[in-house]
Amino acid sequence: MADLALPFTRREAIQAAADHLKRRQRRHDLAVRFTAAAVILALWEIGGRQISPFLFAPPSAIVVAAGQVIGSGELWKYLQVSLRVFLIGTTLGTFVGILAGIAMARVRLLDLSLEPLVIALYSTPMVALIPLLVLWLGFGDSAKVAVIFLFTLFPVLLNTYQGVKSVDPKLLEVARSYRSGVRLAIGRGLVGMVVADLYTAVSGVGYLIVRYAQNLQIDRLFVPVVVLALMGVTLVQGLRWLEARVAPWQHVRDD
Amino acid sequence: MPQGRVKIRVERAARIFLRAGVVAFENLTLDLYDDEIACLVGPSGCGKTTLLRCIDGLLPLSDGQILLEGRPVRRPPEKMAVVFQHFGLFPWGSVYANAAYGLKLSGAPRDRIDARVSAVLKLVGLDGFTQHYPYQLSGGMQQRVGLARALATDPDVLLMDEPFAALDAQTREILQEEMLRILEQTRKTIVFVTHSIDEALLLGDRVIVLTARPARVKRIIPVPFPRPRNLAAIRADPGFGGLRARVWDLLREELRGQEREDANG
Repeated sequence: MADLALPFTRREAIQAAADHLKRRQRRHDLAVRFTAAAVILALWEIGGRQISPFLFAPPSAIVVAAGQVIGSGELWKYLQVSLRVFLIGTTLGTFVGILAGIAMARVRLLDLSLEPLVIALYSTPMVALIPLLVLWLGFGDSAKVAVIFLFTLFPVLLNTYQGVKSVDPKLLEVARSYRSGVRLAIGRGLVGMVVADLYTAVSGVGYLIVRYAQNLQIDRLFVPVVVLALMGVTLVQGLRWLEARVAPWQHVRDD
Repeated sequence: MPQGRVKIRVERAARIFLRAGVVAFENLTLDLYDDEIACLVGPSGCGKTTLLRCIDGLLPLSDGQILLEGRPVRRPPEKMAVVFQHFGLFPWGSVYANAAYGLKLSGAPRDRIDARVSAVLKLVGLDGFTQHYPYQLSGGMQQRVGLARALATDPDVLLMDEPFAALDAQTREILQEEMLRILEQTRKTIVFVTHSIDEALLLGDRVIVLTARPARVKRIIPVPFPRPRNLAAIRADPGFGGLRARVWDLLREELRGQEREDANG
């Protein structure tokens, strides 16, 4: 009995020790992160007080400003609009990008005729197109939606295009041997890719910060910056989570 | 040796790859029977795999015809399934989803798919791995999924394209043994492409030796070992070495011819 039990308890002991080490490592890492954050914040606070409030703001001033901006409902009003703009723009861009990407990859005529144009537009800094879009669409939401749309469209389009083109011909043959069309094999594989490519689209929103900067005081400016940064982190994490659900094999490769 | 009815008839078949300027096989005639394991061996690059693709209707013939139960094969028939050398698993599907792939496409009812897939996964020793993804499995286990997917639709004809070539030697032997166990229970026509003479003799009822490109049937060698087979016993059989030498001699002739041709440009 004791002989039989021994290896198990020993294995358990080793497991427990390993868990303990892992937990300690994690605690240690967290402590380093928080300490570093505290030091950076402190330096920012000290440095920020030395510089004119028209150029820079310390964290304490940002917190006060955040209280005002949030309390007055200003931030929410403003965020609501940009969130709506963001959602409409990315949804449209993703949708159109996927359709156009598949069409270009599958129809040789479209591929040959449109590929150079798409590459050219993709390489154009979208910021350069903003004045033109404003000229066409005015200063309203539609211009903003158009910008976000363009930001999303090209990465999604190009990645869908490349994804469809590079679908493993071996897997296509498998699908054919089971009397299935091409689409079935592609569709599922695409989801993961598209999700992954939304990262790019999210980081593109950073341009918004520049626009807000022009209208706000510096301490207040930092509020949407921080909020957007948090939003970005949340979105990226969310997408990563989604990708792990939809395309676990890709997720593993990334790590 | 011919066991039963002719299942597949390959008649003066030719396949030419125009762009590559290659004649894979030409004037190739071959009968494959019900309930037999026919192993195709030949010099590498002689067109064995191309022939298998043509039998499944994945590639059209350039000339001649391939008949399945008397009817020409134009598209992949429902009665056939392929086990690929590269496994061909969909990375986004679980073991279960991959094994169920063919059945799902056939539009079978859900509970039938469930029952069938569970049974087949059990048969190949993968029960307990249904929710795993291919990237979490070893090569041997991945090919078990490939075999399960092919068996799930209960095809009359199983086409196996060097299914164990990508595996290490030990895994290969285990899978050969298990495949024998599984296939000797079912009655199917199995066309097994391999470059291993041993594998052909261990598994096959007949070894079909092909010539160098353009491939034709050079010789058909019946394998006399009774079934069910025991691989270790066959290896120890005094007849085994003789058979192996015979197949080797045939292949060597072809390889020499091929080398001479390559040297001449």
